[in-house]
Order: sequence, then structure tokens, then C-alpha cells
Amino acid sequence: MKLKTLLAASAVVVMGSSIAGAATLDDVKAAGAIKCGVSQGLPGFSNPDDQGNWTGLDVDVCRAMAAAVFGDASKVEYVPLSAKTRFTALQSGEIDVLSRNTTWTFSRDNNLGLEFVGVNYYDGQGFMVRKDLGVKSATELSGAAVCTNTGTTTELNVADYFRSQGMDYTVVAFEKADEVVAAYDAGRCDVYTTDRSGLAAQRVKLSDPDAHVVLPEIISKEPLGPAVRHGDNQWGDIARWTLNALINAEELGITSANVDEMRNSDNPGIKRIIGADSELGAQLGLSSDWAYNIVKQVGNYGEAYERNVGPNTSLKLERGVNELWSKGGILYAAPMR
Amino acid sequence: MTTPNVADQPAKASMLYDPRVRSMAYQGLALIAIIWFGYFIWDNATTNMENRGIKTGFDFLWNRAGFDIIQTPVEYTQDSSYGRSFLVGLINTLIVAGLGVIVATILGFVIGVARLSNNYVIRKLATVYIEIFRNIPLLLQIFFWYHAVLKPLPSPRSLYEKGEVIAFGINNRGAYLPEPIFGDYSFLILLGLIAAFLGSYFLGKWAKKRQEMTGMPFPVFLCSFGMIIGLPFIGWLMAMVLASESAPLTFSYAEMAGFQLKGGLPIIPELVALLIALAVYTAAFIAEIVRAGIQSVSHGQTEAAHALGIRNGVTLRLVIIPQALRVIIPPLTSQYLNLTKNSSLATAIAYPDLVSVFAGTALNQTGQAVEIISLTMAVYLLVSLTTSVFMNWYNSKMSLVER
Repeated sequence: MKLKTLLAASAVVVMGSSIAGAATLDDVKAAGAIKCGVSQGLPGFSNPDDQGNWTGLDVDVCRAMAAAVFGDASKVEYVPLSAKTRFTALQSGEIDVLSRNTTWTFSRDNNLGLEFVGVNYYDGQGFMVRKDLGVKSATELSGAAVCTNTGTTTELNVADYFRSQGMDYTVVAFEKADEVVAAYDAGRCDVYTTDRSGLAAQRVKLSDPDAHVVLPEIISKEPLGPAVRHGDNQWGDIARWTLNALINAEELGITSANVDEMRNSDNPGIKRIIGADSELGAQLGLSSDWAYNIVKQVGNYGEAYERNVGPNTSLKLERGVNELWSKGGILYAAPMR
Repeated sequence: MTTPNVADQPAKASMLYDPRVRSMAYQGLALIAIIWFGYFIWDNATTNMENRGIKTGFDFLWNRAGFDIIQTPVEYTQDSSYGRSFLVGLINTLIVAGLGVIVATILGFVIGVARLSNNYVIRKLATVYIEIFRNIPLLLQIFFWYHAVLKPLPSPRSLYEKGEVIAFGINNRGAYLPEPIFGDYSFLILLGLIAAFLGSYFLGKWAKKRQEMTGMPFPVFLCSFGMIIGLPFIGWLMAMVLASESAPLTFSYAEMAGFQLKGGLPIIPELVALLIALAVYTAAFIAEIVRAGIQSVSHGQTEAAHALGIRNGVTLRLVIIPQALRVIIPPLTSQYLNLTKNSSLATAIAYPDLVSVFAGTALNQTGQAVEIISLTMAVYLLVSLTTSVFMNWYNSKMSLVER
């Protein structure tokens, strides 16, 4: 991984100024695929299955973008990145979009030259412990050894949390998520901390998933979302409105199953988005059926959620705050008109 | 009256044809080209980063880091700066590299000599050791030691519940040693130790001189050993007498406090695993270097020493090794450098070395990859060059003095 960081860093160094500010959309079209930065394997969000096909909620954002740009959701080239290498990879142009359970923070948005285009999963950091420890609350964790990932907001949140509670702890920080799980499983730490969705996902990998319990405390806000390079507004808009199209489609009741009949709907809101004479695509520099392709090939946000992380998957995550605003959640996409 | 001889004067040729001027000019041009190339890369990088709105510069070193580190040889909290975390990472790297060099050298010499043993079993065991550990990738060995060390060990809690001793124990949170706590007059112990080391040094010098003068050997090692144990003990006794109220030296033992072991001097398992892996791996190479060095000394030397009635061990120590060292030291230097650089694999098992802390966590929190990676590279270069300089000095000291 060190090598990868180095390569990415040197890529930044030797890159000609011609790339900076160039239209990512043209580059993507010329390459014939979107280069999408994903995790190295986080079930439910971005994870390769046994045939090497990537699936997950984050992967679906990339697939939706490919559907919007090419009309073909399979035209995505996945680049697995560690927490440490992800931003450099985006800055240096190694990837076109970063969709890798990444928290939107102030300094990432500004210092790193990134542009977060929205939130595709509202998360928060939690703790997992062994059941036999008998711990009921995170406030009982004084003195615990905590396993986590390097280069994440998690590392800072846990420091802040234990400080504010007046508790001490030792942190054991690994570079790869799999190493964190292995060390926690081996008993190196009392506590495993990461985003709660991550806890649910990684729990599946433990030798005895039922012997562990996630504590009720949520110690941080972790809005996870896709990010693009700062400075290319057109590409940023494509990413932003692809995400909004997924969410708006759910709100309007358009699914991959009924999108063809909905296309002829009389509802002007639906017509504007997926209608044959939709004008929205042209404003993004895309074809008029971009949103139709997204819903047809990927589905709406709700479908993607149920398929990847919902209660019927191994992650068993309830919608919670990730429900539409009209159903009690906080998912609220800007109107498409 | 004589006219100056024309042949004595340097030929007044054009500067253009002077080989010295020419070579200087070419080297100057090459230097300018290199400087321009370096400037081009630097300028290109900064311009590009500026265009993308990426922050540059080293100001971040003074910002609050906000994360914690598991092993902090110097004082460090989450309120410390990134610069401080750099220092912690650097010292952690030097700790594991320094210890690794010592252990690998001892182990490597023993196995190298064992490889040439007359005893069949010892010889073959040494060969098997070398062939196994030299041929397995280091990262795999690190993972092996980490998980082999970690997995079977009990947790401190389970030991506690069984009522077993945890104060001295090894458990999956590390090896816990008693931590010495120095009380009143404890400086006398330190004084004793310093006196013992100074005494040993001068004793060694004196004994060498005497042996050269009279041929009589003196048991320097035993005497030094006695001093190093004895003098601090006398210091401790004196301190006991002077400080009648309180003990000059007490130990704090690890004990179960809620969740975790408190007190004592913990050695984290990451350090243990990394140290074992680095030492065992590098020792295999050092053993081969030692074997080659010893074999480079002609067998006639051994036979001559034996003919003089010198025993095997003494022959090795006083005749063979000093000559072999000349061959051993240069390749040994590269092994030391390799070990230091390989310690950066620590990042795989959460040992907080320079790469893990600074080029890992700090890099990600600040996002200033170019600055941090170049600083890290510069530090490794500096450490390696320092090691090189020292070993070259040692080499020239050890090289054969021809008379």
C-alpha cells in the first residue's frame, strides 16, 4: 500500500497541467468506462462476489453514473483503495469518482481539493464488543483497547469521545479493514469501532458473529457519500444529480420493474425525469434517457438499499434515518425541474 | 643572461581545448540540467496542486494531531502536533530497528558459526534455519509471528478470572514487566552502574596492556560482570541505609483495573512480533555472510593455531573472527540498512512506526501526501546514510593494518 501511495503521489507530481481542469466527462467517454474508487471489500457497500463482480450500495452509485453516461451500467472499472490511498487516487486522476463509504467533512472538502456531491448513507460511529464482557454502554469502556483503521475519521472520533467522557484507552490502528477484524477476533482488542454500517458488515466476517454486540451509543455523524475532484463542475453535477435521480425515483415510485410503463405516465414530475422528451439530460451534457437508464438498470435508491444492506441481507440494517423524508427519514433530494 | 626556455612554459592554447575547462563545463551543464529538472518537477507539482485547491506547505506540522498512538516513547497526547507524532513514529522506528540489529547480529553470528560446526546435527539445523527463513517473504513472516504470538495467548481477563498471576505474565495485550519506581537516593544505584561501566572500560584497557607486556591474561569479562551487578547493588544498599523511611527502589506490577491491565511496563505484541520477524529474517542472511567471512580465512590459520596448542574457541575468537570481520562488515552494513527499511512493514500489524503513524494516519488526516511522503523518504535516507557512515568508520578501523 505504501507503494501505491507513493505511485499516486508521484503521479500528482509528474502530471501535466493539461489534465487539471480538463473535462472529466470527455476523458471518461474516451476511456469507455468510469473509473470508480471503491473499498477493498466491505460487504453491502462495495464488495466483490465469488465471481469477481462488485456489488453494494456504493457500487450502485458508480453503476448509476455509468448508466447515465453510457446507457450501460456495466461500464465501470473498479479500483479498490485503502482508506489511506483513496484521496490521493482521486486527486491524481487515477479514479474519476470516489464511492467508498467516505465521510463528508469540512477539511476533506476544502483542504484536499475534493467535492462531495451528496450523501448516500447517513451513518454514525459505533462500538462493538464481545457479549461476555457484559458491557451495556460505551461509558463503561474505560481502559479498553480499541481496534480501528488508520486514516479514518473514526480514529479522531474515538479520541474525542474518550477524552470527553474522561476515560483512557489504547488504540490499535491497522491499515486494512480485514486486519482490524482479524485482530479484534483474535482478542487483541476489547472494542472494535467504525461506522455502524461497517460494524454490521464486518461482523459477518467474525468467527462467531452472534457472540458480539453493538453498543447503543452513536458517537459521531458520518454522512457517507461519493466525491469527485474539485474544479470540474459538470462532472460534479453529473455525480450529484445521478444520486438525486436515484432518490427522487424512489420518492416518485419509479422502480426498475415499472419504469417502462411509468415512462408514459401523465404525472409531469415523472415525465420530466424519465420521459422520452426529458430536457434534463441535455443540461448535464447527457442523453435524454439518462435517468431512465439509471432506474432501468440499477433501480431506485430504495431498491439498491434493500438489495445491498436492507433487513433481508446479511447486514440486516433497518432504513432508519436513511428513509425518505416523506416517510420519517432525512433522505431529501433536491427537486428535478 | 639566459632567455626563458619556451618548453618550460605551458602551451598557450585556447581555453576551448583545455581538457580541464572542458570537463568542468560539461559537468556544470549537467548540474544545471539536473537542477532545472528538479525545479520543473517541483513547480509542476505545486502549480497542479494549487489548481486543484490542494493545500501545500509544511505548516500542518504545528497543527493539533487529534489522534492517539499506542506506543509513545516520548510524551504524546491527542493534543500534540503532527510534528510530535512524526517524532514518535521516528523513535518507534529506531527502537525496532536498533533492537532488531542487535538481536539479528547475535543470532546471525551464532548460526553462521554453527553452520561450520563439526557436529552434524548442529550444522544441518543451522542450514535448515537459513534456508527456511531466508526464502519466505518477510511480510508473511510478520503476519505469522503476529498471529502465532497473538492467537493462542489468553486475555488478561480470563487469566484474572482464573486467579492466575498477571503481574509478570504474557497475555494477548503484550508482555508485562514490573515497572521500576525510583525513590529517594535512588541516584546511588545509577551512580554504581556508571562506575561499573567506567571501571570495566579501564580494566579492559589495563588488562590488554598487561597481556601485551607480560603475556598474562586477566579474566576481564568475569570481573566486569561482577562490577556491573555488584556496584549498583552496593549503591542500593547505601540508599537503603540513607533513606530509612522509604524504599529507594520499588516495582509497580500490572494489575487488573476494570477492563484493562494498569501499571507495569507493557511491551506491545506488535513490537514483539515485528522484532522477532525482522531479527529472524535478517539473521538468516547475516549467518550466510558470517559463514562466507569465516571461510575466506584460509584453513592454514586454524591449523597453525592448533599446532601452537590454542584451543578451538580461542582460535575462533582471536584468530579467525578478527580476520573474517574484514570480509563480513561491508555486506553486514547492507543487512542493517535492509532491516531498518523493512521495519516499515510494521504498518501491516499496527506497530506505530514512522510509516504507520506519519505516512499513514497523519497523511490521511492532513491529505498532504507529497510533503509527508518526501519528509518520510528523507528521514529513511538520513537514517540509512548515518548507519552507512558509522559502519564505514568501523570497517576502516577493522581493516587489516599493513606494516
